[in-house]
Amino acid sequence: MQHKNIIAAYSIMTLLIIAVGVLQSWTIALTILNYCLISAVMTIGANIQWGYAGLINFGIMGYTALGGLAAVLVNVPPVKEAWKAGGSGMVVSLILIISGVYIIRTVLRKFENSKKRNYIVAAIIIIGFVIIRYISGPAIENIEAVDPAKTGFLGGLGLPIIFSWIVGGLFAAGIAFIVGKIALGLRADYLAIATLLIAEIIVSIIKHEDWLARGVKNVIGLKRPVPYEVDLQGATWFIDLVEQFHSKKLDLITSLSERQDVLNQLVIDASSVYVKLCLAGLFLTVVIILLILTQKALYSPWGRKMRAIRDNEVAANAMGKNVVKEHLLIFILGSAIVGIAGAMMVTNDGLFTPGSYRPMRYTFVIWVMVIVGGTGNNFGAILGGFVVWFLWVEAAPIALFFINFFTAHMEETNAVKQHLIQSAAYFRFLLVGIGLLIIMRYRPKGLIPEKINIK
Amino acid sequence: MDFINAIVLLLNYTVIPALTYGSQLALGAIFVTLVYGILRFANFATGDMMSFGTMVAVLLTFYFQSLGISFGFLPTALLTIPPAILAMIFYMLFIDKFVFSYYRVKKSPPVQLAMVSVGVMFVTQAIIRIIIGPFDRRFFDGEKFILKANEFKEMTGLNEGLTIKSTQAITIFVTVIVVSIMFWFLNRTKTGTSMRAYSDNEDLALLSGIDPKKVVLITWIIAGILATIGGVLYGLDKSYRPFVYFNNMLPIFAAAIVGGIGNPFGAFLGGYVIAFAEILVTYAYKKFFAYLLPEFMEPDSLMQLLSTDYKFAVSFSILVIVLLFRPSGIFKGKTL
Repeated sequence: MQHKNIIAAYSIMTLLIIAVGVLQSWTIALTILNYCLISAVMTIGANIQWGYAGLINFGIMGYTALGGLAAVLVNVPPVKEAWKAGGSGMVVSLILIISGVYIIRTVLRKFENSKKRNYIVAAIIIIGFVIIRYISGPAIENIEAVDPAKTGFLGGLGLPIIFSWIVGGLFAAGIAFIVGKIALGLRADYLAIATLLIAEIIVSIIKHEDWLARGVKNVIGLKRPVPYEVDLQGATWFIDLVEQFHSKKLDLITSLSERQDVLNQLVIDASSVYVKLCLAGLFLTVVIILLILTQKALYSPWGRKMRAIRDNEVAANAMGKNVVKEHLLIFILGSAIVGIAGAMMVTNDGLFTPGSYRPMRYTFVIWVMVIVGGTGNNFGAILGGFVVWFLWVEAAPIALFFINFFTAHMEETNAVKQHLIQSAAYFRFLLVGIGLLIIMRYRPKGLIPEKINIK
Repeated sequence: MDFINAIVLLLNYTVIPALTYGSQLALGAIFVTLVYGILRFANFATGDMMSFGTMVAVLLTFYFQSLGISFGFLPTALLTIPPAILAMIFYMLFIDKFVFSYYRVKKSPPVQLAMVSVGVMFVTQAIIRIIIGPFDRRFFDGEKFILKANEFKEMTGLNEGLTIKSTQAITIFVTVIVVSIMFWFLNRTKTGTSMRAYSDNEDLALLSGIDPKKVVLITWIIAGILATIGGVLYGLDKSYRPFVYFNNMLPIFAAAIVGGIGNPFGAFLGGYVIAFAEILVTYAYKKFFAYLLPEFMEPDSLMQLLSTDYKFAVSFSILVIVLLFRPSGIFKGKTL
């Protein structure tokens, strides 16, 4: 029964994307598909935390941004002048920060919990902060002065961007470890607020530390792991392929110059579709690998343990399960997957825009996906990613259609009609919000609910 | 003389703005804390509910202006607050009836209610953007300054000017009145006491014959008043933009938790703690020290702890520190 539901739901989704391809264009359909796949990776990450362990992480935005940062730091070639100008200062600051953390750790371990200890820690932090600012201040100024229109930052490693998917996961895992240590002891809704705010801190650091990744000045021109359209349009094998694919249509045209024009247009269209298909292939591989791993984990003894902790923390603790440790582990795992998705997103776009990381788009929409799809069920979460992203993108055209339909009797100059048509884009919020409310009320376990049957 | 100059400088650039901003945060934080204490969930639609009330006030202000009604030297928006509050309360009760009450009756876990409030947030945002659009709107009119820098300089003969914008004075004045009335209501009237009882121990309160429907109704009414006034005051002081209101939810949450969530007085003070921290940490003290220190010791740098870009980050860091050392907030939370 469950399998039938899953198959039906995914078939409908595929049909919808094909419908977009036929009705609008294949480029749009594939763009939607790629974003659906990226969203699916994010929902897998969020679903691990919420569905398996019942942890609310409203900090998805922060980990996505970290993944994006990783893409920049891995892919961009190093800026040698900037390293010369201020690299040493930054390295010294980094060493100081690390040693500061170690000193605080030892203080926390050596002294008993007391006011004196807190004062010592506070003093170390303040003194360290002043020293680091003193060293890094001039270094940052020097780095940002290096050709600020183009670089003005340290650059990265100059490696293929695909490595950043792993690095992004590691970055997110590292930060998740710190955040988890701080926040995981909190009650559910406190945890939600705390993670939301910590994500804001992460994004504001990425936004304003220009020496790191140019901040709001954006990094553009990241190298893709797939061929570029321009190269494809020049390659003979690709033109031949397109010619063969459309041979019937082309044979109908008799005039030679006209045939060449049509062929050129077809090649241009096909090149962008081909690039998007390559990306979709890469993303699909990631989704499938993650899906297999998470499914295996869900039905393993570890997965059972997580569900036991989720459903009754006290009882699980009494049975000798280390709740704190498992919570931290799953928080790190889920965040790492979100980090991978963040790097994938930047790979897909080819640019890194820290200003675009907003909680609405990167935290709450992802949460809606998980809840609509089905918490605790990976197939459900992925489906949620597809459905909600599809609605999010197609809401404006759908809204426009309905506005035109219902206001057909009004004149073109009618103020209400014009106003509605202008604000068609905002109906996506309405659609997603009402969708969430309806699902929470009438199908609280999501479209494809969690169903555990151990054979 | 230099000493007085330094004090005036601080007053002008930190204390007065922080008091104003703190008042706006405090109203929002009390709203969050009331909903958390009595209805028992973290309301993620806070910012957008404030935005909704303000939107009504903005639209009415424009309407009044087109009719030629004004409030003398005071902004017209003050006249529109009462009808805006009515609209806000109506909207909140509507949402409560069709969304929240179902989960309250079912005694759903707070997390589920918080999730539902995310849905309400989406819907409210959509309504606001469809009605008024996402643009920046200024709706302040009337006299802009109570005290201008030049006047102050002439009056006192100091180098530094002290400016008091009328919005700052209005904000602080209105906040003091609203908050005192609210505390009087909560502490001295029978309904207020029953609300506190309900917040402390729901079952016991029900046993003593407190009508839960009435408590919920009064809570939403107070929440509507606080949300609208807080939102309008913020909009008068800065400007009205839906996205900014959504973002304001974050420092408001920080204020409510820092003060001890569920505790209105804590939330009230938490607003000021957050506002002062944000402004004091990101203020450049160069000029201040230039007045105080002898000439050879004058600082070269801006003497700024953090750049103003990190304004929000400061308040969130305070929240993290408070959560680490006193998870229940500065003033023990969960007692109304």
